[in-house]
Amino acid sequence: MNIPDTMTIESAVAKSGTPAIAALVEQAKNAASPPDDDEPLYSVRRKVYPQSVQGRYRTIKWILLFVTLGIYYGLPFVRWHRGAYAPDQAVLIDLPGRRFYFFFIELWPQEVYYFTGLLILAAMILFLMNAVAGRVWCGYLCPQTVWTDLFQTIERWIEGDRREHLLRDRGPWTFDRIARAALKHFLWLMVAWWTGGAWVLYFADAPTLVKDLATFQAPLIAYVSIGILTFTTYALAGHMREQVCVYMCPWPRIQAALTDEYALNVTYRYDRGEPRVSLKKSAALRESGKPTGDCIECYQCVYVCPTGIDIRNGPNLGCIQCGLCIDACDAVMAKIGRPTGLIAYDTELNIKRRLRREEPIFRIVRMRTLLYAAVIAIVGSIMLYALATRGNEGISVIHDRNPIYVRLSDGALRNAYAVRILNKSIESRRYVLSIEGVPGAQLEAVDIPVDATRGVVIEVGPDRTREIRVLVTTRQQLPPAAAIPITFHIVDTADGTMASVVDHFRGP
Amino acid sequence: MAAPHEETDALTGTATTGHEWDGLRELNTPLPRWWLWIFYATIIWAIGYWIVYPSWPLVTSYSKGIWGWQSREAVVKDLDALRALRGPMVEKLSASSLEQIVADPQLLEFARAQGKTAFGDNCAPCHGAGGGGAKGYPNLNDDDWLWGGKLDDIAQTIRFGIRSTHEKTRLGSMPAFGREGMIKREDIEAVADYTRSLAGLPVDKSANLAAGKAVYVANCAICHGENGKGKRELGAPNLTDAIWLYGPSREVIIDGLWNGRGGIMPAWSGRLGDSTIKALTVYVHTLGGGEK
Repeated sequence: MNIPDTMTIESAVAKSGTPAIAALVEQAKNAASPPDDDEPLYSVRRKVYPQSVQGRYRTIKWILLFVTLGIYYGLPFVRWHRGAYAPDQAVLIDLPGRRFYFFFIELWPQEVYYFTGLLILAAMILFLMNAVAGRVWCGYLCPQTVWTDLFQTIERWIEGDRREHLLRDRGPWTFDRIARAALKHFLWLMVAWWTGGAWVLYFADAPTLVKDLATFQAPLIAYVSIGILTFTTYALAGHMREQVCVYMCPWPRIQAALTDEYALNVTYRYDRGEPRVSLKKSAALRESGKPTGDCIECYQCVYVCPTGIDIRNGPNLGCIQCGLCIDACDAVMAKIGRPTGLIAYDTELNIKRRLRREEPIFRIVRMRTLLYAAVIAIVGSIMLYALATRGNEGISVIHDRNPIYVRLSDGALRNAYAVRILNKSIESRRYVLSIEGVPGAQLEAVDIPVDATRGVVIEVGPDRTREIRVLVTTRQQLPPAAAIPITFHIVDTADGTMASVVDHFRGP
Repeated sequence: MAAPHEETDALTGTATTGHEWDGLRELNTPLPRWWLWIFYATIIWAIGYWIVYPSWPLVTSYSKGIWGWQSREAVVKDLDALRALRGPMVEKLSASSLEQIVADPQLLEFARAQGKTAFGDNCAPCHGAGGGGAKGYPNLNDDDWLWGGKLDDIAQTIRFGIRSTHEKTRLGSMPAFGREGMIKREDIEAVADYTRSLAGLPVDKSANLAAGKAVYVANCAICHGENGKGKRELGAPNLTDAIWLYGPSREVIIDGLWNGRGGIMPAWSGRLGDSTIKALTVYVHTLGGGEK
């Protein structure tokens, strides 16, 4: 940097006392002031006062808000009859019982791999949405968006729309302002508390838990969970809002990396918007045949934005693409008699093409959307197939560790196994156990009588497992250090379905 | 504390600490207020902790804390809660006979689980983690029993032991025929060969099986039987089967004949509760060799 040595000049001033040099020193000090690019790294948050708006996308958002929140708050109360041995709540995560119930699906802990499939599906659907129409998830479906929308609606209801709220916030702390703020935060906390309350209902019988919660009989963990979720909902939807999207959420970064030139995004069509001039000037320009844009600088798109950005600045990380600016702009365009769609779901590519007087291209079917759809179809089919064909029974086996084998008094060789049989059905089942693979092997289950016709029959209660000790004995000579694969089969006597598991039969 | 000073960094607009190293000055960027308050809160929390919980080591003892909490008491409480949880099943176990336990699948499963734990705690040092046994310590998985493999036999062995100090102990031992001078050296070798031949094991061509048989009939048949099948009431092992407590080699058999055998199983009555002994009995019985 080219900063004059002020110390030297200052000492020179002290020596000479000439005013001309003093002016020089002043100049040098000014030269050392910060260049423009040395701004602070973080900007201070400007509070966003989004204005209410009506239109197509607002209506979609209302519908989705009612549907998603309705599902969230109401689903625990939906009943689904499963018989006497299982709960009748349609969706239930039964942690003490180690079961997950979802309507006709019941998952045991060892089947959590289904969630892997669900996660793959979720990611691919997110990618597909992004390839088709940008941040659909962010704008319409993300819980952060939906709850923030709900909280902003309450805020507008209590504190008034943008203008009124702004004026009140800039004014003094009157009784009216305090009362409104108190009411707003109270309602926010109520919604947040209800949100946390609905969450815990997924983990226990909902009607019973509601009763227990109200009479202070519920377990402590229920109250603690509600408390934590009340706090997070209140903080995230009431106070942090768009900061969650801009600073905390990884998806905007990933989304930006995954997008391409054909993905539709909420876009300001600067090809017809620029140059921006006021309505009067625009009319004058148009009359005199000079070029003018449709944007009349009314700032409605900025005022309605829930994240407080200006869509006209181009693609923006802060834009959750909720489409509210489209609604706002369309309303203005209709009023001033210009075609709507100055802000619309469009692409940068099309704007450039229109500037070159070429036809816009909309290409929803392309390699990446096809690939995402294919992965969704494949994973979805695999999961459906696995779910549809999975049996109600299961078997697992552990070979005894000590001793590995037992020599009997007549010289026979015996291996012992702990066999666990799973009965996922809601009624008691009887299974025939058999083995395969070891020459001359005899099967015996400790303390289970042998059925004369069917052999070893084991009864397992409804929705239960049963561990039995199984002894396999052979009198045939085995090669040294033998480890012969042995297969255990169970066959359901009721419907003939079967399950198998492989272990080894070991010798000296 | 440093004296307050007014210097402000021109680039950032932040005050400096006044420290300077070769022209580099340090910006005064204190900890965020919220962080500092949490830090103070943890200090206050710690003081509260010292008061209510045991914390400070003193010369001969330690500060007990006004809540009187003790880790050992907490363990006792947890164990009591566990006992209360198992209570009904343990009571059922105590009230049921061994045959009733085996007949009830639910009770059997509970007894086996209890027995497995008790076995690991008390029996595994000699008999092995899964009852596999070792030289001199019987394998409990096989079908050969010195004193009987029925539920009641096993229960009696566990309760009173073998050659133990209990008055109802099972008694009977292999005398030290050689050391005590009851049988001559060459006769011991002969009877060892004969014993191996009873089990169908190969013997040397030079072995005098006839002499061995004569010695066997005179000295061993009393306990082990004429045919070598053993006598359970005396704990005398069956010599004709494939299972050898100490091993089937000629040297080991001669060693047993010379020095005698008499391993000890302690009596567990009085050391373990009745329901635990029942659970152990059922567990050992279901390892694979239990007799009906």
